Amino acid sequence: MGSATSELPSLRLPLTDRAETGLKIVVVGGFGVGKTTLVRSVSEIRPLNTEEVMTRAGVGIDEPDPASRKSTTTVAFDFGRISLNDRMVLYLFGAPGQERFWFLWDRLFAGTLGAVVLVDTRRVDDCWYAIDRLEHHRTPFVVAVNRFEQDGVRYSLGEIRQALALPAHVPMVECDARDRQSAKDVLITLVDHLYDMAMAQEATP
Amino acid sequence: MRRRPVDTGDPDRLYTVTGGRHRAGESLDLVTLLVSECEPTAGMQSEHARILELCRHPTAVVEVAAELRLPITVVRILLADLLDAGRVTARHPRAAPSLAGLPDSQLLKEVLHGLRNI
Repeated sequence: MGSATSELPSLRLPLTDRAETGLKIVVVGGFGVGKTTLVRSVSEIRPLNTEEVMTRAGVGIDEPDPASRKSTTTVAFDFGRISLNDRMVLYLFGAPGQERFWFLWDRLFAGTLGAVVLVDTRRVDDCWYAIDRLEHHRTPFVVAVNRFEQDGVRYSLGEIRQALALPAHVPMVECDARDRQSAKDVLITLVDHLYDMAMAQEATP
Repeated sequence: MRRRPVDTGDPDRLYTVTGGRHRAGESLDLVTLLVSECEPTAGMQSEHARILELCRHPTAVVEVAAELRLPITVVRILLADLLDAGRVTARHPRAAPSLAGLPDSQLLKEVLHGLRNI
């Protein structure tokens, strides 16, 4: 994660002055599943890293290191950017699926278009929690299975769907997070899904 | 691209940058785009000056945070100062989505079109 060299320009590649609408899509998944790689594959800038702090009081049931006297804890995340046209710009966030992150969901990702749950078939368990939290926040999502070359056993999407107890209406897609077209297809799968949902909703009086 | 974490273990630093203020109106969205309305002036707080330089072209809240290497919370406070003073203007994301949390299909169509063309 975050280790591949990149030819992408830095943030200093400015947006057009007509840019007016920022949009968000969040990629969640366990450590090392390829979130940053996927973001990098489609981003027009080199992914940047930023963070949010929260006070212990805001953490609720989080368990800070008892040896530490720190009154704050930090959640770091990466993001990249895609200019969709001269007015609309999509920010793509790679976010850790760990428990404390979800306390910040509303503060950081309210109004997000939708989410991609990135799955490593060697560690399917990692994404149960993410799926549970997205459902809780009523955030539409798709599941993308990042195929690693060294996969010993190749589970089919059907087997993974079953393992995740994923409802039939949630789209699943295979991908190679390193490949630009493949990463793009993941995003298109998500937005297609959102579009279908929006059309169905608008058709209902 | 790994960078040194900000000194979250030292809340004094964050207190200094924000002047210890903590107020409402700092709920700027991560992807609200900011645009400078003036140039930095001499004697201006360095973080404010840096933001005005960055936002000569539209720049999202999260980009400002990454560039300044400060937590989002702190950047929201700095931006609220500049907004109040009319030194930057904000281009907010489109109105809150409908009840079910979905944006309208027209917007999604534009997103799809954009993604297919990148």
